[in-house]
This record gives sequence, structure tokens and C-alpha cells, in this order.
Amino acid sequence: MNFLRKIFAESGKLVEKGKPLSWAYPVWEAADTIFFSTNKQTSNGPHIRDNMDIKRTMFFVVIALIPCYIFGAYNIGYLNSLALDIERSLLANTLFGLTYVLPILIITFIAGAICELTFAIIRKHEVNEGFLVSCALIPLTMPPDVPLWQVFMGTSFGIIIGKEIFGGVGTNVFNPALTARAFMYFAFPTKISGDKVWAVGPDGYSGATALAIPANPVEYDTASNLFAASTQFDFSLMNMFLGLIPGSIGETNKLLIIGGALFLIYCGIASWRIIASSIIGLVCTAFLFNLLSGFSTNAMLTITPLQHLLIGSFLFGTVFMATEPVTSSHTNTGRWIYGFLIGVLTVIIRSINPAYPEGVMLAILIMNMFAPLIDYYVIQSNIKMRLARNV
Amino acid sequence: MELFNSESKKIISDPINVNNPISLQVLGICSALAVTIRLDQAIIMTLAVIFVLCSSNVILSLIREYIPARVRIVIMLSVIASLVSVVDELLKAYLYDMSKQLSVFVGLIITNCIIMGRAEAFALKNSPSKAFLDGLGNGFGYGLIIIIVSFFRELFGAGTITLPDGGAGYVLWSIPESWYAAGYENIGLLVLSPGAFIILGLVIWAQREMAGIEEEA
Repeated sequence: MNFLRKIFAESGKLVEKGKPLSWAYPVWEAADTIFFSTNKQTSNGPHIRDNMDIKRTMFFVVIALIPCYIFGAYNIGYLNSLALDIERSLLANTLFGLTYVLPILIITFIAGAICELTFAIIRKHEVNEGFLVSCALIPLTMPPDVPLWQVFMGTSFGIIIGKEIFGGVGTNVFNPALTARAFMYFAFPTKISGDKVWAVGPDGYSGATALAIPANPVEYDTASNLFAASTQFDFSLMNMFLGLIPGSIGETNKLLIIGGALFLIYCGIASWRIIASSIIGLVCTAFLFNLLSGFSTNAMLTITPLQHLLIGSFLFGTVFMATEPVTSSHTNTGRWIYGFLIGVLTVIIRSINPAYPEGVMLAILIMNMFAPLIDYYVIQSNIKMRLARNV
Repeated sequence: MELFNSESKKIISDPINVNNPISLQVLGICSALAVTIRLDQAIIMTLAVIFVLCSSNVILSLIREYIPARVRIVIMLSVIASLVSVVDELLKAYLYDMSKQLSVFVGLIITNCIIMGRAEAFALKNSPSKAFLDGLGNGFGYGLIIIIVSFFRELFGAGTITLPDGGAGYVLWSIPESWYAAGYENIGLLVLSPGAFIILGLVIWAQREMAGIEEEA
């Protein structure tokens, strides 16, 4: 440790104010605070009494994501072995998947780091670690064989347009990771939607996601029957819960996501109100649609609330994206409203809009936009209530 | 008045740079979004707007002493509308394909805020020669932005660069097939109107940065 301390102390002198290398101070600062907590202290109150600064907070999110990465890699290998009809060991499957996951991850981090460092140097502020979480989230929302240059573009877009132009971490309106995905979703639709992209197989191999099955049925039937009739993949509830189905890299295994959610809630990072209320919103709306499904030939309306929870990326989105502290509502009442509407919008976009079988991304982005408005009215009504009490 | 003294230079160069009607005043956005899918459309649109803007400025400036203030909007509109009709007919006569592509947006030059804005803010208060220069400057300022926007939208959205000719447009350059074979893909988003917003936003960002203009928060 002393050795490291020495290196940073020595190199720190090179980037002090007035030295020729002073433009590189943000780079030095970022590397330094990974290893050592900062020695800058607030001189007057209020003081924060623990080490949970933004860097540690972000780090916990990344820890919660690691299991999703590992399972995502395994799932790629598993689906590939299904497509090729071969037997492979667990380890071989995971390694096969890693050859897809790691390049995406590396490209994402390179793109994110370039954007973040450029802005830090131009704007002369310290590198903010927010981009690490955005970059850790982006690969999990990608299909496995997405072209890497598109990942690069998407990430840069997410970091610059989603975050930097609003002033950087803490002042952004939209979740940068979802902004990146939304950009790629609309810019390169063939590589991130449809049925060719979710599983790695021989050329032209297609594997529809669970949501695509009731979205484009050959013949009208209830969603449960359609899932049972699907022979290519096993869309039983258990299998969907364990995530052995096609989908974005990190979203399929619900068990790990629930584990991650509990961890984040325990650490006080994710808001349980948002997660709970979005699940309530989703279940209520799905239940309502089930009641109405008799009047329509849209098979999406027959998906039961439990299936809605297990298919697609709803849980992943609500746990890791919707709860992002900056872009969600900041008041507790606001969080209930914000989460509830995410759940409602998700089912509405999934079921009623024929163009998009999955609606979580769009639902969260829409509610990101309304979060400040919700907060404003919550605060105003609180002020009114307290004034009325004092008359 | 000497034609190119510093004052008249300023009248022309200001709207191109530091007082650009699109990127600084954020006027005329509707047509900037609508006709920027292809470069040739943007070029023809620019010429049409420059023609209408210069002529309406000069005409309104000539008759500015005789326009009663109460009915000036009606008079401005009738002058602009007649000029737009002339442009519309000219396009139909000589550039039929282009007028089909631009369709309703030629007619909508009437409602382009830049033209009404310049007539109201400048032509009614200045001499015809100054008004002409002002029209020219604002026309170029408008054209500069929509040509930049349409260049990027067409290049990255559709993979071509099209210049105007008598017919359906002359394709100057298009992305070679080998690029597509190597995995390149057009950005479909840019052909849609959100793409225009994004590119326009980036252009505004770049220009304000270069001109050193900061909006108060």
C-alpha cells in the first residue's frame, strides 16, 4: 500500500496547478480515488459520517450486476449449444458466452471512458464515476451478437447526450444507459430487435423472445397456450424464472436480479418503494387487461401478471434502471407514483402497441421525464397541506 | 451608400454567424426539420427561401412609408404569399420532381417565422438596400444550417449525397456496397424527425460554442 501511495503522491505533483500536465488532473484524480479515499474534507457542516461516497455507491451496483454478467455468458453458450444440438459442459458454455460478452463490455468501457475523460478535461472537473455504472449496465441490455461499432456509438450517445450535455452526473434527466439503448434501438433496429439477434447460432438462426410469441401468433390463442405450444424453447414459468430463454444478456435470470435487488435495498442504494410500486402497477394493469382480453383478438392481453413479471426485462429495468437515484423521483410519495406508472406504461406498451413487444425501456425513459414534475406537485401539495393545518 | 462598408457587411454576416435565425433565434425550425432528409431538397429550399426573403424585404421596405401600422401584418402576408406562389409555380414548371418532393413545404414558406420576423423587425424600418442585404444574410444563415443538417442526415441516414439537378437528383456519392458487406449500417433514426432534432441540437451546440454564446440559466 505504501508503494502505491508513493506512486500517486509522486505522480500527483506532476499534475498540480500550474504544471504543464495539469490538464490531466482529472485522470490522476480518478485513478487515485479508486485506491484511496479522498483526503478532501468539508470544512463546515453538515458532515457525512461514513465512507459511502458516490464512488462506493456505484461500486455496490457493479457488484450486484456481476452475477447477471456471469449468467448472461452462460446463457449465451447454453442457447448456442441448443441451436447446434450439442452437449457442452457448464464451464464451456460460460467461456463461449464470455467471448461475446467481454468484447461488448470492453468497447462500452472504452467509449464511456473516452467521453467522460474528454468532458472532464474540457470542463476542468474531476472524473465522475457515474459513467462506470452506466457502462456496466449497457452490455447487459444488449443482444449477444450486436456489432461492436454500434455499441461504441450507442454508448457515446448515451454518455454525451444522455448525461454530459445536461451537466454530468447528478444533473441528467434521462438514464444514460437507457438513452444509449434507446438510440441503438431506433438507429439500428435490425441488430437489436426481431428474432435473429437474441441467441447465437448458425447463420440465419432465429430465436424469438418470450414476448415476441404472443405478439405475433400464427393463430389466436391465450398466451399460456402459445408458450406451451412453443417447441423451440422451454417457456415454462420455471425456465423463465431461471432465465434459460433468449433475451438481452443480463435480463433473463430473474433469481439473480431479485438477489441483486435485495442486496441494493439492504445497502440502501435502490429505493424499495420504486421497485414495489412498479410491480404493483404492472400486476394491476396486467390483471385489468386479462379481464378485457375477451373483447379482443390480441394475445398480448392474455399474459397473466406473473408471466408479465417473468418475461422480458421488466425486473431488470425496474431494479437497476428505474431506481437510479438521479433520474427517479426524489420524494417518497413521488417514488410510489413514479414506479406505479412505470409498471402501468410497461404493460400498455407491451400489449397495445404492436410495434414494440417490449416496453420497459420506453416506460422508464418516459417516467424519467416526468419525475421532476411529480416531485414538484408532491412538494406543493405538502406545502398546501401544512399551510392548511396552521390556519 | 457604399455597398460593402462595415455596416452592410455586418448586416450580412451577423445572421450567418452570431445571430443565426435557426441556431441562435431558433426560428424556422419546422421547415428545418421537414426538408432536411436529403441534401438536394435542402439546397432548393434554401434558394427558394433566399428568393422570397430578399424580395419580400425589398418590396416591403419600398412601401414601408405607405403601410398603415394596423394592417401591416395583412399586407406583409399578402406580399409574402404572392412571392411564395411565384416560387411554387416556378418549381412546378422547371423542377417538377423537386416540387413533388418538397410538396407542401414550399407553400409553408409563407408561415416560416424567419420571413415574417425579418419583415417586421428589419424591412419596415430600413432602406431597401439594407433590407435586401438583411434578407440575403438571413437566407444564407438559414441555408447554412439546413444544408449542414441535411448533409449529415442524408449521409448517415440514407448513405448518399444527392445534389439537385433537373430531375430526381444527382447522386454525387453513396456508401459503397463493400462497406455494407463489412457490417456498416445506416442510422435509421436520422431519417426520422427525432434524428433531425438531434442533429440540429448538435449543430446549435457547436455553433454556440464557436461563437462563444452562453444562455443564462
